[in-house]
Amino acid sequence: MKIAYRTGALAAAAVLSLSLAACAAENEAPPSNAPTTGGGETATSLSGTLNGAGASSQESAMDAWRAAFQDANAELTINYDPVGSGGGRTAFLDGAVAWAGSDSALSEEEYTTAQGICGADGAINLPVYISPISVVFNLEGVSTLNLDAATIAQIFDGKISTWNDPAIAALNDGAALPDLAITPVHRADDSGTTKNFTDYLEKASDGAWPHEADGVWPTSSGESGEGTSGLIDVVSTTPGTIGYADSSKAGALGVVSLQVGDTFNAPTADGAAIALATSELKEGNGANDLAYSIDRTTTEAGAYPLFLLSYAIVCQAYEDAEVSANVTGFLSFVASAEGQAAAASAAGSAPLPAEMSAQIETILAGIAGA
Amino acid sequence: MTITEAREGPVAQQRPLEASKPSRANRSFAGLSTGAAATILIVLAAVATFLFVEAWPAITDSASLSEHVGWIRPEKGESLIELIGYLLFGTLLISAIALVLATPLAIGIALFISHYAPRRLASALGYTVDLLAAIPSVVYGLWGAIVLVPFLRPFFAWLTENFGWFPLFAPDPVTGLASPTGRVALAGGIVLAIMIIPIISAVSREVFLQTPTLHEEAALAMGATRWEMVRMAVFPFARSGVIGAVMLGLGRALGETMAVYMILSGGFSYSFGVLQSGKHDTIAAYIASQFPEANNYGVSALITMGLALFVITLLVNMLARWIVSRRSEFSGAN
Repeated sequence: MKIAYRTGALAAAAVLSLSLAACAAENEAPPSNAPTTGGGETATSLSGTLNGAGASSQESAMDAWRAAFQDANAELTINYDPVGSGGGRTAFLDGAVAWAGSDSALSEEEYTTAQGICGADGAINLPVYISPISVVFNLEGVSTLNLDAATIAQIFDGKISTWNDPAIAALNDGAALPDLAITPVHRADDSGTTKNFTDYLEKASDGAWPHEADGVWPTSSGESGEGTSGLIDVVSTTPGTIGYADSSKAGALGVVSLQVGDTFNAPTADGAAIALATSELKEGNGANDLAYSIDRTTTEAGAYPLFLLSYAIVCQAYEDAEVSANVTGFLSFVASAEGQAAAASAAGSAPLPAEMSAQIETILAGIAGA
Repeated sequence: MTITEAREGPVAQQRPLEASKPSRANRSFAGLSTGAAATILIVLAAVATFLFVEAWPAITDSASLSEHVGWIRPEKGESLIELIGYLLFGTLLISAIALVLATPLAIGIALFISHYAPRRLASALGYTVDLLAAIPSVVYGLWGAIVLVPFLRPFFAWLTENFGWFPLFAPDPVTGLASPTGRVALAGGIVLAIMIIPIISAVSREVFLQTPTLHEEAALAMGATRWEMVRMAVFPFARSGVIGAVMLGLGRALGETMAVYMILSGGFSYSFGVLQSGKHDTIAAYIASQFPEANNYGVSALITMGLALFVITLLVNMLARWIVSRRSEFSGAN
């Protein structure tokens, strides 16, 4: 009796655990299929640790990407150290992280160094994050101004020094411009935002901007703020100031509409995407490399050419299959429509154009298959 | 009678201890204490070695430095050595402003607590000052940038309007005005002064309290007023201690990072116009600002700046030691 009862219990337990195991297997399968679209292997869910480092501009988007991707791949730990673009590229080239986020593409020298880490095919730049940059100002009662690149260049160069200057008034019929000194505020630290802003001024201002594009502000004088939040803080507490920052951080400040062709366009995510679509790939890119030379002088309707393009820098081939699957799986999600939508709602970035997303996912699938 | 009795007691107890050979506890305590003293020297040597080793590439290879580091621009007169010059000047200028503002105030506070305030108020004030010393510098920086600087702007504008002829308060040569944002060296100096007041006054207070009561009573008995007593008895006795306190404060001001980082619009010049923005920066704040985006060369250059600050801080401390040792001969402290 006793024995029979026990065997019955054992049998029941065995059946139960088998069916549980089956359940577990069934539960695991679907999520691993969904996000790893790029990878050749669809059977297993991603696991292990994926380390990345680089641009702080991607940080808030990265939080959204990481949260969403880890929901689907609970076994995978994703780390992103926002040390800055330069620090990220250095860590990548030292082999300390599997991929780097960077506001500028690899330099010639860095391509060569990358071959030592990644093998003969080296590393490539893949755009993952587009963020429009707003020219913001603090003028009571004025919430938008129309300016062209040459006027902005002269303002930041100190050539135009009061708000009621004829050059500004000519572009803004009827705006109540006060007789107040203009105080330009720039970023004190080395930043991708400054680099894109000065690049825009250099290329679009017809020579009104006498300096070259650089992450460090060209003159060592004038007002400055540390980081995006520091700059926004200075501009929002001082009347008469003008600065530049990620559009998502502009808050209640006045925002400049840039002259593009014959119209004035306010910064929008769509405008930045249109401007990127008219831009061309950099000359001399290797195969699969999507480093762009941004067209700042576009006249496309609705385009907003002042934006920051941030890349993911990855190897063309990874020796370790797990690292390869993790990098390509995660970045495929980042570049996908879903990932870009998550970044747009979390960081106010502009989604990548659909063809570009598809192109990046194809390239990543190629890396995963290599 | 009572005195001899009191003396004999402990002596009688100590004798057997002295006679026996040093105990194990005694030796191990001596060893621990020597080890602790050695640790600080080892750490100092390790820091100095680290700074030298890491700075070496930047010191020796200035050509690749200007090629790889965006903010080193020899063509604009901003090579590494020139930058260090500007930054050292800015660091010393802002620290000097802080010291000039903080020292009289801190000594006044200390004197009030030690000699003027009623006892209950004095202890409450003493606690408050000690609390102020414990506030992290980043909090001072935030408060300075968000509250104090906007508050000071009209005062700065007033200073340049009325005292613009005085070189320190000269208006910006381009705009003819004080900085509209108020993010200037004087603002940084004021916040630093507020930060170092607690340190200087806490140490000074303790020194003032050590003044022998006999000296003070003698002065009062000679018919001195309270102020004369302080001048004749307290100050000479406390002078070396107060100088030590001021040097402690200077040490903190020289190395202070976050407060300056958040308050100052940095720039490079040897200008004494403390109401003009974009003219000064400090080494610590500059390192904090450029480190996040620095590559290997940049880090090496920044560490060279750190080395310069390290050397300057050592020099300042040695100077302070020398002043204290020279002064102590004349004070009543010995």
